[in-house]
Amino acid sequence: MDRFILKYFTLIRTVIAILIGIVVAVALIFLVSKDPGFSLRSFLLAPFLSRSRLSNIVEGASPIIFCGLAIAVAFQAKQFNVGAEGSLYLGAAVGTAFAVSTSLPAYLHVPLTLLVAAAVGLAWNVLPGILKAKWKASELVSSLMLNYVGYYVGLYLINFHFRDKKAGYLVSYQLPQSAWLQQFLPGTRLHAGIFLALLCAVLVYWYLYHSTSGYEVRMTGFNEKFARFGGINVVKVVVLCQLILGLLAGMGGMTEVMGIHRRFNWQTSPGYGWDGVVVAIIGRNHPLLIIAASLFLSYLRVGGQQLNLMSDVPYEMVIVIQSIIILLITAEAFLSQWRYHITVREAGKKGALS
Amino acid sequence: MQTILEARGIVMIYEDGVVANRGVSLAVEQQTIHAVVGENGAGKSTLMKILFGMRQPQEGVILYKGRPVRIRSSHEAIRLGIGMVHQHLMLVPDLTVAENIVLGVEPVRGRMFLDMRTAQQITERVSREYGLDVPPDRKIKDLPIGVRQRVEILKALYRNAELLILDEPTAVLTPQEAEKLFVTLRELKKHGKTIIFISHKLNEVKQIADRVTVMRDARVITTKDAAGISEHDMAFLMVGREISFERVAPPPSTDQTLLGVRDLSYRDDDGVLALSGISFDVHAGEILGIAGVEGNGQTQLVRILAGLLPALGGAITIRGNLTEGLSPRRVREMEVAHIPEDRMEDGAAAEATLQENVIVDRYYKNPFSRGLRLLWPSIARHTSDLVQRFTIVAKSTRAPMTSLSGGNIQKVVVARELSSNPEVVIASQPTRGIDVGSEEMVHNLLTEARDKGKAILLVSADLDEVLKLSTRILVIYNGELVAHFPDASRVTASDLGPYMLGVQREEGVRG
Amino acid sequence: MNPLLKSIVSTDFGFAILRVLTPLLLPALGVAISGLSGASNIALEGIMLVAACVGVLVSAFAHSLWLALLAGIAAGVAIAALLGYFHLRLKADIVLAAIALNLFATGITIFLLFITTGDKGSSSSITSLVFPAVQIPLLRSIPILGPIFSGHNVLTYVSWLSVILYWLITFKTPLGLRIRAVGQNPDAAQSVGINVNRIRMYSLLLSGFFGALGGLYLCMGYLSWFSSGVTAGRGWIAVAAASLGNNMPLGTFLSSLLFGVVNALANYLAVLKVPSEFIQMIPYLATVIALAIYAGQAMRKRKASSEGPGPAGAGAAPDAVRAPGAEEPS
Repeated sequence: MDRFILKYFTLIRTVIAILIGIVVAVALIFLVSKDPGFSLRSFLLAPFLSRSRLSNIVEGASPIIFCGLAIAVAFQAKQFNVGAEGSLYLGAAVGTAFAVSTSLPAYLHVPLTLLVAAAVGLAWNVLPGILKAKWKASELVSSLMLNYVGYYVGLYLINFHFRDKKAGYLVSYQLPQSAWLQQFLPGTRLHAGIFLALLCAVLVYWYLYHSTSGYEVRMTGFNEKFARFGGINVVKVVVLCQLILGLLAGMGGMTEVMGIHRRFNWQTSPGYGWDGVVVAIIGRNHPLLIIAASLFLSYLRVGGQQLNLMSDVPYEMVIVIQSIIILLITAEAFLSQWRYHITVREAGKKGALS
Repeated sequence: MQTILEARGIVMIYEDGVVANRGVSLAVEQQTIHAVVGENGAGKSTLMKILFGMRQPQEGVILYKGRPVRIRSSHEAIRLGIGMVHQHLMLVPDLTVAENIVLGVEPVRGRMFLDMRTAQQITERVSREYGLDVPPDRKIKDLPIGVRQRVEILKALYRNAELLILDEPTAVLTPQEAEKLFVTLRELKKHGKTIIFISHKLNEVKQIADRVTVMRDARVITTKDAAGISEHDMAFLMVGREISFERVAPPPSTDQTLLGVRDLSYRDDDGVLALSGISFDVHAGEILGIAGVEGNGQTQLVRILAGLLPALGGAITIRGNLTEGLSPRRVREMEVAHIPEDRMEDGAAAEATLQENVIVDRYYKNPFSRGLRLLWPSIARHTSDLVQRFTIVAKSTRAPMTSLSGGNIQKVVVARELSSNPEVVIASQPTRGIDVGSEEMVHNLLTEARDKGKAILLVSADLDEVLKLSTRILVIYNGELVAHFPDASRVTASDLGPYMLGVQREEGVRG
Repeated sequence: MNPLLKSIVSTDFGFAILRVLTPLLLPALGVAISGLSGASNIALEGIMLVAACVGVLVSAFAHSLWLALLAGIAAGVAIAALLGYFHLRLKADIVLAAIALNLFATGITIFLLFITTGDKGSSSSITSLVFPAVQIPLLRSIPILGPIFSGHNVLTYVSWLSVILYWLITFKTPLGLRIRAVGQNPDAAQSVGINVNRIRMYSLLLSGFFGALGGLYLCMGYLSWFSSGVTAGRGWIAVAAASLGNNMPLGTFLSSLLFGVVNALANYLAVLKVPSEFIQMIPYLATVIALAIYAGQAMRKRKASSEGPGPAGAGAAPDAVRAPGAEEPS
């Protein structure tokens, strides 16, 4: 039993962190709600109890997976670029502009639109990447600032040039059908973008653990000096991983627009970029774990929305829970006393103290 | 003679399960210089950490002046009267000498404000009392290392240390500076102080110590009077087997220059000229040793040769080809290998696996990858092969490097570098901080490479190592070459000392 | 262009700069002091948010400015204390923990707002108090200087005093000496019995204090309400300002002033009928540009002296400008 705990300690710690988060959620609900039982059910169970909500979980996970992968690639190289939000937004905005102003057959329109969004996302991270690689300027600050700038540029683009005046509120023109990602399950909004997300997860997994470039990324993250010493072009890696981040995030934003909304209607930034940071942390930057973490986060979101809708507990409770969970997960020494005791016990059993 | 410090049955297990002290017992008598020797991993550093409150043992008793004590922090150790002079000096570079000395016990004016004038007076007083001259208002970063060490000692003395623990104090000193230190230590002994002296340098131990404790494998093997044990015996007890001390007579080297350096110069970040006029050749079949106290430009020299730093001026050729502006990878592709002076900083990635560490210079080549795709099976095979060839002790090739001991990590680094079949090997402090057994292996590997006709540049602050291995020796001081000894077999440590200290120099030295 | 130029070269503009400066300067001081000890606090965004929210709510419900001040400071310091606990005791990466706490702050503030006022967007449904503006008796009558420097919110003057306080603490007290020692060589500090974690915790608590003041000013002085996202990235601009200023008192003040000027300018540009989106992005764009210039300068300085980029990790750019998550000296 002890050996099992030691081997999977990190995983166990993650699970315990999540459980604590849930406990806090329960406590908050009891504290705040006039009908805690109902609220609890809305939060924890309701997402599973209807076909549309269940599919909401999967739909909602799609952009989060993209952003989680994006952030993970950069984080694996120890680049704290959080620019997924800006890349996602601006990429989707420009992609929308493209989709709306061109007319192509679907088999071209879809991939090209995605490509445009991905390219914009990628380009948006050139600056943070180069500033960090050449001049050691904090990619955290620069990518954060560019998130804001990207948001305003995208907003300007849509509101001033692509606004659908016929619609009641501030949204873009509707995307032509040729640029839609097909929804395949009636009664749900599940769209082909989900498969794209999963595909990307597999590709990123392969990239990180089975490709030479991914190896360079990971070694740079483990020890940049070592990577350089061994001959890895660290400058290239630092820029590349941030470009990949932008590419994935841009694509993620676009798939959401193409699959769910079919027009650009984000007057405020949707926040998937930050969700990406959350799931990258929970999933320890591992693509396959990120899929699970994204589904979990999406589940929390759906539950939170139910909560917000049906009861007197605000959605923001979910944000509080998320933050507590990742706080616990980043705490490396969380439960370390426990692990230490087990380690000593194991050492004792092996007669190491004789 | 009263026993000032006694440790009984100390057991210390680290969080990762490593047992560092297994029932260690030690008794130090007042007003003696007590040396503790042992390989890395023998447990002496851990024991010192425990004595200085930096670690807590699971079991064991410590008696200070006959009374059992619990030393839960450095603070408590200091209060008891135990002071420590660490190998990596514990000084704050941007603060002055006086600020460093009073750090933590700062004199205050009006309950809130720093009283630097008093601090200065304090520094002058303590410095006078023990005859250790230091400039109170100079910043540490502007002072040479011998002076810094004095500040370190004064720090401890100011805090009324009666027992001083010195951890490898001569690692960064020349023989002459070490002599000065020994004079100081004997003075301190006369003042009634007790000294615990950790060292790898057995000849110094014989010189200065009254008592010697030998540790091996987390245990104390024996404690004896220093006069009653020879260096040979100490080494034997440390390792459990015979160690060769003799110099291996090198075969004659060829004239073929594999690594050529002409007029190399380099300017540091702070504008200081760290290297100037460096010229030497390393021929096939020889080991060219560069002796020098650390901090005289060796680090920069080695990094420039490896392509990690750009030179200010001068030319480097490898087998006749200029290496100007080449990246580390291109330099490596010219068949140059580099054993770095800091294995944990440059040589290895601690959390990566053994396999991942081994392939960092070759992952993009056949047979380890095809195009973009890594071929893990052949990487695994290659790693196992190296583990066997170099007798590396590791749980598995997929274990993280942190699970290996220092000596084994260095073996991995050396294994990687030498297995790339280089023509030129640059070895920088290749056996720093590793156990005698691994050290011997590394030395054998270097001499083997030399015998196979490779050119080896050995940069080391360990004089014994330089003297033992080199075919020819250069001395570097203040960024310049100040001596050239074409026949290393006739050179002794005291020949090198004056040049290393800058007391003597030859002009226009070319190696 | 003329009306713009005229309005810029006016005492009103000078006044506006100082007004805009305050919620940038205070968090910047917070980042700076924590950065000095080697535990750069980048959760200032969250700290400001929490302090502002708590201050507004307490002032509205308890009708007391003092209570609001204390509560806001306590809230800000509490977040900083959490950061300290998770980073120092539980060994969380300080960048990730700060990101988590910023997220926490965005959630908990709206949560609190909702359960106390029933409103999620802003606190406009309740009346919260505002810190008073103060006229300085002699100064106000001096031409040009008077209108620029007098009449500011009391917290603005507090922010200037804070710069002096910061300088005093850092260079004239034992705590400051220890903070600097811990930041430069924590092992050295520890070897003389200084509790490195405790010193870092103190610096974090101080950063929470400064940040809280910034947040309180923002919603109880600059504005008179709290709303979601009201800090608008100022906490992050503060991070940039602190690094540009090398965590030093004067430097941090000057770089915050630079950003203050840019922000004030942006507001005035509204006159030019430029789309609001472009105006709103100016502060953030300016920060990136400043960051780039500063880092480029630092690099170029190194290049000039050694003809090449310095070895990885060495050099002038202090930790917060370089990736805050980079290895601390230890």
